[in-house]
Amino acid sequence: MGRKLLLHNDHVPGIHTLDVYRANGGYASVEKALKTMTPDQVTDEVKKSGLRGRGGAGFPTGMKWSFLAKPEGVPRYLVCNADESEPGTFKDRYLMEHIPHALIEGMITASYALGARKSYIYIRGEYFYVSRILEQAIDEAYAAGLLGENIMGSGFSHDCYVQVGAGAYICGEETALLESLEGKRGNPRIKPPFPAVAGLYGCPTVVNNVETIAAVVPIVNMGGEEYAKIGVGKSTGTKLISASGHINKPGVYEIELGITVEEFIYSEQYCGGIRNSKKLKAVVAGGSSVPILPTDLILKTAKGEPRLMTYESLSDGGFQTGTMLGSGGFIVMDEDTSIVKNLFTFSRFYHHESCGQCSPCREGTGWMEKILKKFLDGTAVESDVDLLWDIQSKIEGKTICPLGEAAAWPVAAAIRHFRHEFEEIAKKKKFNDVSHYERLRKANA
Amino acid sequence: MKVTIDGIEIDVPKGTTILQAARMIGPQVAPPAMCYYSKLKTSGGYCRTCIVKVTKGSAQNPNPMPKPVASCRTEVMDGMVVENYTSPEVIEARKGVVEFLLINHPLDCPVCDQAGECKLQDLGYEHGSAKTRYEFKRREYDMIDIGDKIKLHMNRCILCYRCVKTVDQFTDKRVHGVIHRGDAAEISTYIEKAVNNDFSGNVIDVCPVGALTDKTFRFKQRVWFTKPMDAHRNCDKCSGRVRLWLKGEDVARVTARKDEWDEVMDTPDGKSGFICNSCRYDHKRKTDWVIEGPSPVNRHSVISQNHYQHLNELKVQALKQQKALGFMDINKKP
Repeated sequence: MGRKLLLHNDHVPGIHTLDVYRANGGYASVEKALKTMTPDQVTDEVKKSGLRGRGGAGFPTGMKWSFLAKPEGVPRYLVCNADESEPGTFKDRYLMEHIPHALIEGMITASYALGARKSYIYIRGEYFYVSRILEQAIDEAYAAGLLGENIMGSGFSHDCYVQVGAGAYICGEETALLESLEGKRGNPRIKPPFPAVAGLYGCPTVVNNVETIAAVVPIVNMGGEEYAKIGVGKSTGTKLISASGHINKPGVYEIELGITVEEFIYSEQYCGGIRNSKKLKAVVAGGSSVPILPTDLILKTAKGEPRLMTYESLSDGGFQTGTMLGSGGFIVMDEDTSIVKNLFTFSRFYHHESCGQCSPCREGTGWMEKILKKFLDGTAVESDVDLLWDIQSKIEGKTICPLGEAAAWPVAAAIRHFRHEFEEIAKKKKFNDVSHYERLRKANA
Repeated sequence: MKVTIDGIEIDVPKGTTILQAARMIGPQVAPPAMCYYSKLKTSGGYCRTCIVKVTKGSAQNPNPMPKPVASCRTEVMDGMVVENYTSPEVIEARKGVVEFLLINHPLDCPVCDQAGECKLQDLGYEHGSAKTRYEFKRREYDMIDIGDKIKLHMNRCILCYRCVKTVDQFTDKRVHGVIHRGDAAEISTYIEKAVNNDFSGNVIDVCPVGALTDKTFRFKQRVWFTKPMDAHRNCDKCSGRVRLWLKGEDVARVTARKDEWDEVMDTPDGKSGFICNSCRYDHKRKTDWVIEGPSPVNRHSVISQNHYQHLNELKVQALKQQKALGFMDINKKP
């Protein structure tokens, strides 16, 4: 059994209330940080821990915090990105829904380290009921003196707010999130300046994922060096993985970074193998935007080494033979799945969610969706595969924000590893869907 | 700060963008720009036609930038090396951007008032490919009247945001912006409320395509049949310095004066060159104006086709070409 640092007491009844949470050792990190540590010491612990951003990019959190500009007389903000909208990712929802105080505790400790008087939790509109849970938790924390003026007599004051978005994928991009938080249209800003210099209301801002902020709690409690002992190399600590797709036990799992992908998919402790005794066909390892990998490449790297659940191992081989850990949205597909149909679903999503600011993404995502629809209709020709490849290469890297890449990478990877499926449809002029859902649909019709 | 663009070095002040530095060198290295407008704050970065490759970040940090950057929004660093037309990668990427801009454009140039002074035409001609690979139905919108003088033809819009920023920065109250998202995004006056203020007509001048056109000029003339003349009058709202587009003795339309980058020129004493609606719409008699003389027009522009003084010269050139190609000499009697 791997160690659990975030979800170790999610089974305790009533853990969402402050009393039960504190009885189980909650808010110890706030007490420790505020009473015995300076803000710089907290940042140092996070640096030592090797914690990397859990939202998708995997940027070292301690380094991000140290980049924060600290001009005199200008407020600084901490913003928690709870706009968890990457398809296949639902770990933050689980955490906030079951242990809301873990996030609030992390917000207070992290704000202390950054010197932020105010912090915001920007949560997506679809999680409206979760925002209620968070607000209740914040009220409890205010009543107990954990938020507000002069927390625990330390002289540190802090206010935390929950802001509900209207539900847009693009608002998970940090600058679009800040625009939306300011009450504007959620369009990504053109960088530079980065939020660390000019973020919310033009002030220095740190934007972190829910899981990243929650992970600050065990880091402060156990010490950064102790935390860094878990994991392999530069992938330290534990990570929440949202496992979904054709597996026996879908759900949110906390893993120690460094277990093998094979163990994660097949062991009883985690996914429990492929559903209906089918064979594994492909895995999208880190949310819909990372490249899809076929069985032989997801279980073993191109060099023949077993693939581990770490940032480095999953990206081994670049995009030619590797992928990314991303946000930890682990989507498993069995042998009956059509990669083309799956790709169409992804492309439709990115087309729908493009903000429309810059031309390659605005026009290109829709074009790719329309071509993929041709494959499902059986009207595609073989040259459409090359056209699709060309379009994705002209979107990738030419856009303002990473949504362009997020839309282009799945298309590139699907063609790179499953080109024969596209060509077969183009040759036969027919798309034959044999997936489980399609069979169910036909049986019920 | 020293910056090298396509092998040409130039010294520029701090805070200059790559695009501005390239324009200082000249049109041979300046990247095309559809959404950037030097007179509008925070414009640029959207269309991605001005992307360039930075092969050396700065003297201190000589690493290249990993992705192509929008030159209009990237400030130069000392010792930066930029590749624009010398990089095949940039040319290929730009071709892609032009294609994206055109896939949903109606290509109705024959009936478009902007034809002849359209930036998208120029861009497509210079950087695009001759054929389209897009085979689906193009986006369609209904035409909208923005006030009684401006027509919005959303089909032709490339969402450069210039008009939004113009109204934002030159008028008191914004009643116009972008609604919806993705490829359904459109310019709109909220619930089709008219843009009604003294400087609203400038959105026509900043529009790079035929999406916003002057209703008092629509379908009256092709621009290359009119003759541009610089003129001025005393106006208490604006500088009063305009460009009259004459057809014979009639003033077909009035616009602001534009420079070689197709942007509205500032006055010599540094004031804004954007003109008021009264100058644009209400003074359409030649006697309203003091005419200064013919406007400078780029030799390659289709508008200079109407400069009949060059006609003989053109004829001689055409004959020379035909001879060189082995055509029959039309002037020679059999």
